Parts: sequence; C-alpha cells; structure tokens
Amino acid sequence: MGSPARTLSQKVWERHVVHRAHGEPDLLYVDLHLVHEVTSPQAFDGLRLAGRGVRRPDLTLATMDHNVPTDEHPPEDISARQIEAMAVNAREFGIRCFPVGDANQGIVHVISPQLGLTQPGMTIVCGDSHTSTHGALGALAWGIGTSEIEHVLATQTIAQAVPGSMAITVDGTLPSDCAAKDVILAIIARIGTSGGVGRIIEYRGSTIAALSMEGRMTVCNMSIEAGARAGMVAPDDTTFAWLEGRPFAPKARLWELALDDWRSLPTDEGARFENEVFIDARALRPYVTWGTNPAQSVTIDGAVPDPDGIGDEARREAARRALRYQDLRPGTPVREIAVDAVFIGSCTNARLEDLRAASEVVRGRRVRAGIRALVVPGSMRVKSDAEREGLDRVFREAGFEWRDAGCSMCLGMNPDVLHRGERCASTSNRNFEGRQGPGGRTHLVSPAVAAATAIAGHFALPSDLR
Amino acid sequence: MEPIRLVVGRALPLPRADVDTDQIIPSHWLKRLERTGYGAGLFEAWRSDPGFVLNDPRYRGASILLAGPNFGCGSSREHAVWALHDSGFRAVVSTRFADIFKSNALRNGLLTVELDDATVALLFDAVRVDPAAEIAIDLERRTFEAPGVHARFAIDDYARTRLLEGLDDVGLTLRNETKIRAYETARPDWLPTVRR
Ligand code: SF4
Repeated sequence: MGSPARTLSQKVWERHVVHRAHGEPDLLYVDLHLVHEVTSPQAFDGLRLAGRGVRRPDLTLATMDHNVPTDEHPPEDISARQIEAMAVNAREFGIRCFPVGDANQGIVHVISPQLGLTQPGMTIVCGDSHTSTHGALGALAWGIGTSEIEHVLATQTIAQAVPGSMAITVDGTLPSDCAAKDVILAIIARIGTSGGVGRIIEYRGSTIAALSMEGRMTVCNMSIEAGARAGMVAPDDTTFAWLEGRPFAPKARLWELALDDWRSLPTDEGARFENEVFIDARALRPYVTWGTNPAQSVTIDGAVPDPDGIGDEARREAARRALRYQDLRPGTPVREIAVDAVFIGSCTNARLEDLRAASEVVRGRRVRAGIRALVVPGSMRVKSDAEREGLDRVFREAGFEWRDAGCSMCLGMNPDVLHRGERCASTSNRNFEGRQGPGGRTHLVSPAVAAATAIAGHFALPSDLR
Repeated sequence: MEPIRLVVGRALPLPRADVDTDQIIPSHWLKRLERTGYGAGLFEAWRSDPGFVLNDPRYRGASILLAGPNFGCGSSREHAVWALHDSGFRAVVSTRFADIFKSNALRNGLLTVELDDATVALLFDAVRVDPAAEIAIDLERRTFEAPGVHARFAIDDYARTRLLEGLDDVGLTLRNETKIRAYETARPDWLPTVRR
C-alpha cells in the first residue's frame, strides 16, 4: 500500500525536519533567511556577544525596506543609523545585501520571488509577519521575531511545533471588478482575525488556480491578518512559467530535476485538513474595511455597520471603538466616505500587475483636488519595469507622486505618514489604529478601488467614474 | 534569559480584543538598535489619554497584564515583548494569543497564560473590584491563583522547562550539530543560494 495521503504543507514540513524528539518542537532546516534593517540589529548584536557567526551566509539575503526614504530627502539621523547598521552587519558577517540605491533593492517579500529565490517546497523565514507572501509559490514561509532571527543566523534551523491545517477553497469566476485583494478580504471577514491562529492555510479551488502569481502573493500575504502561521498555494504550471528564467531559478538539468520534485508537492487526493472553509467567488464584491482590524469590512455597495447589531460583546465593543477612532457613523454608505490620501504600495499590492491595474483606472484622469496620492513600487525592479511601460507618466500626469521602492506609508516609519485625522484609501494590509501615522485612519482596498477613489475623492469603483 | 518560576503581583486589566503589536509599541520605536529601553513606548498612543488604565494609579506596579482575546496580533516585532518586559510585566493572561507574539514572549521570559473565557471573565471582575488583588502564577505547578479563582493552565513541557531554566535556544540547538551537518550534505542541488 502507498503512504498516507498528505497535504502540501505536511510534505514541505516533513522534508525539512532535522531533529525530532518526543515532547519537543521539530527542528526544521531553513532554506532561505531574509533579513531587513528593522528587526535584525539586536540579533546581530546577540551573535557578537556570544562570539558566533552566521552559519550559512549563502542562504541569507538582506535588504533595506521598512525604514528607507522613498523620495530624494535623506533619512533622519536615527533612521540613517539603522540603515548603516544593516550595511555594517552584512559586511561583517559576509551577508549579501541589496542596499538603498541598488537595482535589486525593495520590499523583502517583493524582491525574493522576483529574483526567483523563492521556490516551491522551500522553507523561508524573515523577521516580518508578511513572510507568508512566499507561500504563493508553494514555499512554507512564516514570520519570526528577533530572537528567532539570531537563532536562524547561528544555526540555519528553527524550532517549531507542528501547526494545524486549514483548507480554504475558493471556487468560481471572480466578478470583473474584483481582485485578489477582495478574495483575501472576504476570507478574513469570514474567518476573523484569529480564524487561522496556530494553522497553516492552504488556498485552493478554481478561483485560486486562475489567479496570477502576483494575485496569489496578495492572498498569501494577508494570511497573518487571519492569524495564520502561513498561507500556501500548490505549485502548478502558472508557478513554473513564472519562475522559469528568473536569475536564481534552477537552470537546464537542475530545472528539470526541480520540476519533477515540485510536481510531487500538491496535496494528495484524500488528505485531511483539520478545518475547511468554502467561498463562492461569483458572489464576491470589492471590499472596503471600515474599522481598525482587517476583518472589519463591508462591500463597496454597503454601509458602515451599526455596532448595536453585533451579537458578541467583545466584537461589539471593538466595533464601537473602531467607529470612534475612524470618525464614522453607522449607516453611512461606503461610497459617501471621502478620503484625504491614497496609498498604492506595500508587499500586498505593489507588484507590476497591481500598478498596471491602478494605472488603467487613472489614465487620462486627474486625482481629485486636495488629495495626496502616492505610488510606491514594491521594488526598484518593479519601478523600472513600470517605467519601461510608461506607467510612471500615467500616474504623474494624473497627479500621483511616483516614488522609489520601500514600505513607506504601509507602516509609517519613514516620513510618508498620515497626519492626525487624515483618512486614507490604502492597498496595504493593516488598518490598525495609527498604523500609517498617529491618528491616521486607514481603509484597505484593492489597487483598482484605490485608484478610482483617488479620482472620485470618495470610495469608488472604476466603473463609477465618468 | 532569566529563569522564571513564579509571578506574583497585581494585574492590569485591558479587556480589548485584538490588541495588535502596533498598539503595544508603535513603529517609530523600531528605529532603535537596542534591545532594552522600550518601556516609555508601551501603548504610547493609548496612554496619552489620562483615562487609560495604564495611567490609573490603582494599577501601578502591576506585573501581570490581563488582556482580551487574540492579544499581540499583527506585526512580528519582538519590541512588543521588550516593551512589556521593560515596563515590569512578567506575565500576560488571555483566552488566546497570536502565534508570533507567544513565541517571542517565550524567548524573553514573559509568561503567556491561556485560560478559558469564563475564568478570564471572572478575573476581570476580580481586579476591577479590587485592583490590589494579589495574583500568583506558578509555572512549575502550572497553577493560577487569584481571589475566587483557582485554575490550572496548559503549557507544553518543552516551553515550561526552557522558561524555568532560562535556557539559551542557540546553545540547545547546537547540540544537534551532527544532524544539522548531515541534513546539509543531503540537500538537493537545485536549491538556490544567494551567491549566483
Ligand atoms: S510593506 Fe508593510 S507589511 Fe509589507 S513588509 Fe513592509 S511594512 Fe511590512
């Protein structure tokens, strides 16, 4: 008889177990460790203190993204010191780094897939919760804290308890004004901010299979917003076509070997998940978050909900707080909410496909007077690819600022922040209080809705524009 | 890491759900290069409100944070744990924690105690009635004692031992050096390195 049916994540997990003992978490090997300037300095200090080195600099890649300026102004002193520390640590420990100014620099979760470093079946960790993005290629990838970064630097392994499993099946043709972002916002609205805690989510079904690699990255990216440890999509021909020829993808004979292996990764027929959720894509609409966590959302045709109608006490109280913070009244139609800023960027939605979608909407139109609108490409490669297609001109002529790559207004570490009370339509992943700047109000949307909103001045669909 | 066995003290009640790490410590604090000195950043935005519970003198000196469900969600920043630790907290109690926060806490001697809904609700009542109520968490015996509450909590043996002994993770892992080396020699050739 054959071996028992296994899921994609179980297969990837099992092949990385270095040491297993009863009553202990598994010790897993890490195929790729991505490092950035903000969560790593204390880890390198820890190594220095203990007199340890980096075990596998050849499996470690650094860049600068969270805290870098995306315009021509130099960073403030404290940020400059952090950027410099990354450069010094990379040099001292022999780690390859793509610094500011390098053609390969960008948001860590954008550059690694783009370079072809992220591949099916790999384990990937990074000191950033959106590492789940890499799961779009069938890698098992998750975010870790600074102590774990130090551990991975020193040992190239990580101790992890076996997580639970969850399948989210999305079937049917996505309506034309919906994007991958709406799929994941719908999923989070359904399962909640802690629906995935302790679990690895596998996204499957015809809708997911029909998504581009970029779209799958958007979906996997926000797995953490449902509390999940990681999110994954089984590798298929879309994955292989996307990877082939990228700088770090295997070549020639190695490509053939890898391909054979990757084809064996998808979940076996009959494999069991602890938890399953089904979503009908045909019924989806574009989503807009109204609150201060990513599960607090409605469709664009909807209105701000009334907290009094929420049964659960903790959620009702959270909704009341959120409405106070967001300065919104129950019953207000979403389309009547005006914005002060529009941010198109982040590891969720700043790849070429996202910029194309947004540029189609703004082409030949003007950003509504008084609105600050920013496009921050996910990487310098995305930027130059977009410029080759003339997208920078489309955005600039419409009144958008066209920036260098970085996290920028996604988390408000660099000077790109919302001012107190400002409201923003954002393609990023977190609408937490103050996330984009103290007192700022964030609404998460797809790139097309962000673009249409910039033109209309209030939340809008491309089809609403005259 | 300092070993941790017993946490005894008063508790600060923060019944909000989904408290994310951006609230625990806002991103501008993450520009620092140090591992300590984050206390003043703890709940920075919320504590600017004089009515916020952290400013309530009755709870001053609390070493236990009594939190709402899904505490520590969002960003992986370990700074959130450092900020709590630097502010004197040695344990957080909730019905559920976000994964990365829990793992970060474990590595810094901050105990995360998961109790059921009913027990946590009782605790909130108890510390509201008597802010000075003494709470005792015994990691060795896995017991939780507060006025009117006697509970046991679950924590896996491995995590418990590491907290009790304050063990260095890297040192523990390096005991498996032979296995790591063996694994490395068997890795497939097509896997990428960043050297190309
Ligand atoms: S873009 Fe935002 S979510 Fe993504 S890595 Fe940067 S800060 Fe984190």
